Amino acid sequence: MTDQIPVASEGLEAPAAIESTPAEVEGAVGAVDAGTFGGAEVQAGALGIRQQTQFGDVRKRFLRNKIAVVGMAMVAIVLLCALFAPLIAPHDPYKQDLAHTIEGPSTAHWFGTDENGRDQLSRIIYGSRIAVEVGLAAIFLATTIGIVLGSVSGYLGRGWDAVIMRTADIFFAFPILVGAIVIVLVLGRGVTSVVLSLAIFSWATFGRLLRSSILSIREAEYVEAARSLGASGWRIVTRHVLPNSLAPVMVYAAVSVGTAVVAETTLSFLGVGVKLDTPDWGNMVSAGQKYFAYKDFLWFFPSMAVVFTVLGFVFVADGLRDALDPKLRGS
Amino acid sequence: MGKFVVRRLLQMVLVLLGASAILFTALFVLPSDPVGSLGGSDRARDPVVIQQLQRRYYLDRPLPIQYLHYLDRTLHGDLGESFRLQRPVNQILGSKLMNTVRLALAAIALEILMGITAGVISAVWRYSFWDVFATLSTTIAVGFPTFVIGLIFQQAFALKLHWLPLSGQTQGLWRSIWLPALTLASVDAAIMSRLMRGTMLEVLRADYIRTAMAKGLSRRTVVLKHALRNSIIPVITYIGIGFGTLLGGAIVTEVIFNWDGVGQALVTAIGAQDNPIVLGAVTYAVGAFVIINLLVDISYAYLDPRIRLS
Repeated sequence: MTDQIPVASEGLEAPAAIESTPAEVEGAVGAVDAGTFGGAEVQAGALGIRQQTQFGDVRKRFLRNKIAVVGMAMVAIVLLCALFAPLIAPHDPYKQDLAHTIEGPSTAHWFGTDENGRDQLSRIIYGSRIAVEVGLAAIFLATTIGIVLGSVSGYLGRGWDAVIMRTADIFFAFPILVGAIVIVLVLGRGVTSVVLSLAIFSWATFGRLLRSSILSIREAEYVEAARSLGASGWRIVTRHVLPNSLAPVMVYAAVSVGTAVVAETTLSFLGVGVKLDTPDWGNMVSAGQKYFAYKDFLWFFPSMAVVFTVLGFVFVADGLRDALDPKLRGS
Repeated sequence: MGKFVVRRLLQMVLVLLGASAILFTALFVLPSDPVGSLGGSDRARDPVVIQQLQRRYYLDRPLPIQYLHYLDRTLHGDLGESFRLQRPVNQILGSKLMNTVRLALAAIALEILMGITAGVISAVWRYSFWDVFATLSTTIAVGFPTFVIGLIFQQAFALKLHWLPLSGQTQGLWRSIWLPALTLASVDAAIMSRLMRGTMLEVLRADYIRTAMAKGLSRRTVVLKHALRNSIIPVITYIGIGFGTLLGGAIVTEVIFNWDGVGQALVTAIGAQDNPIVLGAVTYAVGAFVIINLLVDISYAYLDPRIRLS
């Protein structure tokens, strides 16, 4: 029933899209066939044969994909900037220099200075902290909630399923930006509010994705076998069902980090994101927009930082999808 | 079919009730002072006036009563009265609504034109220059947030080329709608063309396409009459949902292009702490989204009987 609202399953067909058709969901989910992911390791070491694991296969396919590797490098650069911002940034991102405000790019300030004379490059480097923090935390939270509720819904079914999926419907009714604005308004501007607001309005997709994935795997023969051997429900879910249903969720999570970065910068751009003086890409674009048409470096550089980060995650997600499931390649 | 529609309708009512409860609680638990935004912060406040204002907006009753009152009047199409402008929310948003609908229609039209054309070309001439070009540009387009696209378009088409006005609606609808509509359409068109390409490639492999070819039909007829029709259903769904979102106000685009629609009204109201307008605009966005979704589901079930039965 719920699957008919075609929002359940993307990331598999088009990154950043949340819509898809039931037929595709079925295809995507069915294609991640039993036992191909996560579990099954071939114990061949003793015979002297090179050990070939499922994870090794996935890694090999991923690394052969040029775009995926490029995406990985882009993500790595952003992560390094976030981790080592104080070491990389040439200036203090908060230090004002009112004698040198809004100066174009120069050797001293590669990306120019903002209206308070702060170094733009340093603020962009520090801005990666907010982007990474919000992107990873929000999606981690959303994925966790989605996995727990999705497995309860998919595996236990009946009343649980009805209640959880109807609740998910309610959260689906809010376009993410609209919903996030409401939450940030209630909690006040800040990183925590943004993380919470994005997680609250993203978990439902993860939940549905996992649920439909579990529904198809629940009836698989090896699950049947585990059940007839007397395995407990908990063991079946955590050892057999979940590892085999997670692939679509992981791919979607990778895309979603990018989407969350976009959402975070957009919220800040609109004035309902992180606090105003925080070095943040959305804040910077919003401040730079005032000088639109004659000081364009002010909004251009932080905008490109957003694009760079998001594309990195989109490429990784594309590569991950192809590596986890070669059958979907090129679709 | 009738049963399906009724079931979906009931589901929709549940969703709307849930959503309204969330919104109501959220917005009226807000640490803001709705009466303060009326009285002005530095003016000495008359307790009698404040009491009257609170009574007028039902702010002196317990939350559940306020909610029932809110639900009752919302169902009667009354979204309350703006704290700041002291005019009905409906009246304020109503005048913006037409602008939002116009923008949404223009964006959808452009999206269909660009998305479907690019998708069909990519699928029919697979791995050609155009396919690679379309795939590359759509991959890159999805990485661009709306505000970046909007600013780049303004820079290119308004400031450098002087083709179109930068923002606002002073130069007439036809000239000013292009840039915001294009901004809204570009990312969705990219996604749509990927979707179109995927389903079209699948359909082109089908037996009935081979049959049509074997009958001696021209390639053009086969592609446009047989393949396009059968691969367009998922795309229609996507269009419907995109339209539902757009109807709720394209917040970022409306702000960037100073487009006098519901989305911009929402952002202005946030700044002014005008809760009834925020609540009204969000209610409206959620309502539009849910109703369009319902229509998409029904049309989908109508087009594909297998869905009704599941």
